[in-house]
Amino acid sequence: MTQLYIRPRSMSDAANPYCPGCGHGIAHKLIGEVIDELGISERVIGIVSAGCSVRSWRLYRLDMVLTAHGRSPAVATGIKRARPENLVFAYQGDGDSAAIGLSELMHAALRCEGITIFMINNAIYGATGGQAAPTTLIGQKTTSYPLGRDPNYTGFPINMAEAIAGISRNSYVARVALNNVRNVLKARNAVIRAFKTQEEGRGFSFVEMLSSCPTGWHMTPPESLNRINEMISQQYPLGEFKVPRALDSSMIKKL
Amino acid sequence: MVNEALLLSGNEALGEGAIRGGCRFFYGYPITPQGELFEYLARRLPEVGGTFLQSESEIAAINMVYGTAATGKRVMTASSSPGISLMQEGLSYLAATQLPCLIVNIMRAGPGLGRVRPSQADYLQATKGGGHGDYHMIVLAPASAQEMADLGFQAFALADNYRTPVMILGDGMLGQTMEPVALPEAMDLSQLPPKPWAVTGARGRERNLVLAAPYTDDELIALNAELEKKYASIEAQEARWESKLLDDAEVVIVAFGTSARIAEDAVLKAREEGLKVGLIRPITLWPFPKEAFDDPRNIRAYIVVEMNNGQMLEDVRLAKHRDIPAYHFGHGGGWVPSTQDVYREVVDVHERKCVR
Repeated sequence: MTQLYIRPRSMSDAANPYCPGCGHGIAHKLIGEVIDELGISERVIGIVSAGCSVRSWRLYRLDMVLTAHGRSPAVATGIKRARPENLVFAYQGDGDSAAIGLSELMHAALRCEGITIFMINNAIYGATGGQAAPTTLIGQKTTSYPLGRDPNYTGFPINMAEAIAGISRNSYVARVALNNVRNVLKARNAVIRAFKTQEEGRGFSFVEMLSSCPTGWHMTPPESLNRINEMISQQYPLGEFKVPRALDSSMIKKL
Repeated sequence: MVNEALLLSGNEALGEGAIRGGCRFFYGYPITPQGELFEYLARRLPEVGGTFLQSESEIAAINMVYGTAATGKRVMTASSSPGISLMQEGLSYLAATQLPCLIVNIMRAGPGLGRVRPSQADYLQATKGGGHGDYHMIVLAPASAQEMADLGFQAFALADNYRTPVMILGDGMLGQTMEPVALPEAMDLSQLPPKPWAVTGARGRERNLVLAAPYTDDELIALNAELEKKYASIEAQEARWESKLLDDAEVVIVAFGTSARIAEDAVLKAREEGLKVGLIRPITLWPFPKEAFDDPRNIRAYIVVEMNNGQMLEDVRLAKHRDIPAYHFGHGGGWVPSTQDVYREVVDVHERKCVR
């Protein structure tokens, strides 16, 4: 009998620590699969920090670093500068990357640091109980905006992929969604292209992943997947916002 | 081999000492008065194949240090008081993850933005924690350009040996004063100690983890116990100080860094006048050299001379014999004592406060 599906070798046996219907599990698995596919597991160093993904270091059979909230891009810089032969990725939530760690992320992007950032955008703070994120949509209710986000009072949602594409001259920048098979396969290609960008020394790579949070959104998992379509049409268009000119396209499928 | 003495500023001496001690990575953000150290390393590190990177903030700098230290390479940062305050989060994380590195604080006068005059007002922040949680760093207090070079060199071995961040606490006066310095011979980088815990990619071994938080409550309690044990071992083995003219001393000045340098002149002047005065100069501020106070001899009073409102005074009061008074002489805000100021205080204490 042929085994059609196996857990990626770069992933451990640790149980998925997330709520039912959460998109984090899909994102972690895609990263693990791509690391297997590219055969880079012995060279990868991963970084996670505070938020729902704080325990996700357990999911990988890789050298992993757990660091302070928002500081992963600076930590990744310190690792990559010391060990350019390694592949360094940081896994960030939307608060980690777009609120408390905005400075570290933007400056890593400005320097075109040879690191890869995966940003999970679920428009909410899951770990602390459903407060607003910088990415929270206009009108979206959270425990800190109980009447919904009013941009006149709290400002507008931030489009990180577009912002980074705007400042990082030498980079790969994409936004993908983890809500249906087609989008997940596109997300997988973006993960491949991000790691390829780093492997080929072509600069900074950033993949923003729109991800579901049924618990924080007070929705069922299927409702959450549909909600991601609203996120896409209302605020967060999908696609590649920047591709390094010489990224070897023969090795990878176009997103 | 003894190297020829060079005329160097304290900042340059520290930078060169660190490089010769095997440091090849520096991350930092500009701030006065640590500029000469920063700029020396910006010039010098590329010459030895090292990495110098100006970060976007002190917060980023200390986290870049965290990243490089996690790979096992020798790494440092330098700043001055307000910048060191910004690094406190990172220092707590470095202590938690037991990552060896060097942090240099060329102190300036606070609180707040303060002003850039020399100060010793970060003593408590450096020695008692500063960041959150139960932790310590080894804190070294050089008092000359020579010692800036020597301690800059030795800091990395201490850091590696105990897997701990080490801080050098200086000030702008120490940093900028030029003195003859005999530099230590450069370390052979191939002789650096192995670091099997470092993250380098899990090739041919199980994964390595550098974790700012253990997975369970019990593991965090165990980590705290491990740190406590390590700190006890450092306290038992690494306390360093210098004593001068203690044998018959009735009044003993306790001072570190710049104020010790000034106090030493005052001690010599007092001796010329026939006053029995000595000096204890802590070189490690944490661990504080309590043993220096074990033997009360003929001591009738301590004067703690500090460029602050009375910080090391607390440690002296805990270490000394209970019947010997300890007075504080100093101010915060950028005040630097003159030899004459300290001498007058010695005479005052000698004549009026206790000795006669």
